[in-house]
Amino acid sequence: MERIPILRIGDFLLATIQVDMHDQLALQLQDDLTNAIQRHGAKGVLIDISALEMVDSFIGRTISDISNMSRILDARTVLVGMQPAVAITLVELGLSLPGVATALDVDRGMAMLRATLADN
Amino acid sequence: MAPSATLANALQRHQKQLLSEWVSNLQSAASDGRKVRISPQELGAQAEEFLQLLTGLLASASPEDRSSSQFKSLQGFLEDLSRTRVQQGFTSAETATFIFSFKQPLFTVLRTEAGNDANLLADEIWKATKLLDEIGLITVNTYQRAREEVINRQQQEMLELSTPVVKLWEGILALPMIGTLDSARTQIVMEALLHKIVETGSQLAIIDITGVPTVDTLVAQHLLKTVTAIRLMGADCIISGVRPQIAQTIVHLGVDLAGVTTKANLADALALALKRTGNTLSR
Repeated sequence: MERIPILRIGDFLLATIQVDMHDQLALQLQDDLTNAIQRHGAKGVLIDISALEMVDSFIGRTISDISNMSRILDARTVLVGMQPAVAITLVELGLSLPGVATALDVDRGMAMLRATLADN
Repeated sequence: MAPSATLANALQRHQKQLLSEWVSNLQSAASDGRKVRISPQELGAQAEEFLQLLTGLLASASPEDRSSSQFKSLQGFLEDLSRTRVQQGFTSAETATFIFSFKQPLFTVLRTEAGNDANLLADEIWKATKLLDEIGLITVNTYQRAREEVINRQQQEMLELSTPVVKLWEGILALPMIGTLDSARTQIVMEALLHKIVETGSQLAIIDITGVPTVDTLVAQHLLKTVTAIRLMGADCIISGVRPQIAQTIVHLGVDLAGVTTKANLADALALALKRTGNTLSR
């Protein structure tokens, strides 16, 4: 079964979605990621969706859920690299993902996480 | 005798004569301007093709039938002709004249064909006029349709031209919006801006609405959608150029612009954007 790899970079975790998301995969990612945060004691999570070209309401909600779950686990989530088409779709679906931090690319997302960690 | 047997015969027998007379008519009628647009060879070829198609139509079993294959191919030829005429810059009158100028040589031939039979001549001339008028109208109609297509395309192009996304500074984009915002336009504007954000990796976008005459709930909603989409992509957005009237309208409409940074003019927005991106200005 295919899985989305989760890489550890220092205190952060990086999940790069490079395949078309389907419901099962999204749930699997949610499961894997929350477990990985616990295991590694990660302080931040980057979800790179720059290769994701299509979303539906379920995927959108799952992403928002993952972000909220990791906050409870004391890790901040930054969603990076959303494509214009995906952003438009989410807005049209009424999913504005409140409370989810976003950044243009992994670099900026990382900088953002570091800045918030330094603040605390 | 079939309805337009004389007409068909005349066409078939005097094809060469008709063609040469018609073409010379066309060429002498052509003003200086038109000569540049179309070569005599091309004009001749078009005239010959038309004549063949017309002869084919009249020689067919049912010349009056508008759904026959002969009439269809004639119609197709005329539509192509009108379309190219539009592109070459002919007026509608000039396009129709191409067909109507065929009348004179045709009537001359019909006169010789009919001999002294005035009734036959009148009948045939009536039939020929009816047919040619119909054909002429096809060219005019197509001409008009082609022109409308041009206008539509230009409108589309204007829509795209009127929404330029400019880079103000490293990491700062500006979108000066001009004119009324409707759904279709907002969609184009939003897409253009979002793509530019990805392309340039800009973290800040300034939407300047100085040129937007009125803001209603729909426009405000479109603006909010754009702002949300920009935020989702990881960039930030400032709306500038909010005039007093627009501020009043927005509040009276009960639109919630909380969470959206707004500035009175583009200069203020740029100053804020520079500050946010970590630039400092000094005099």
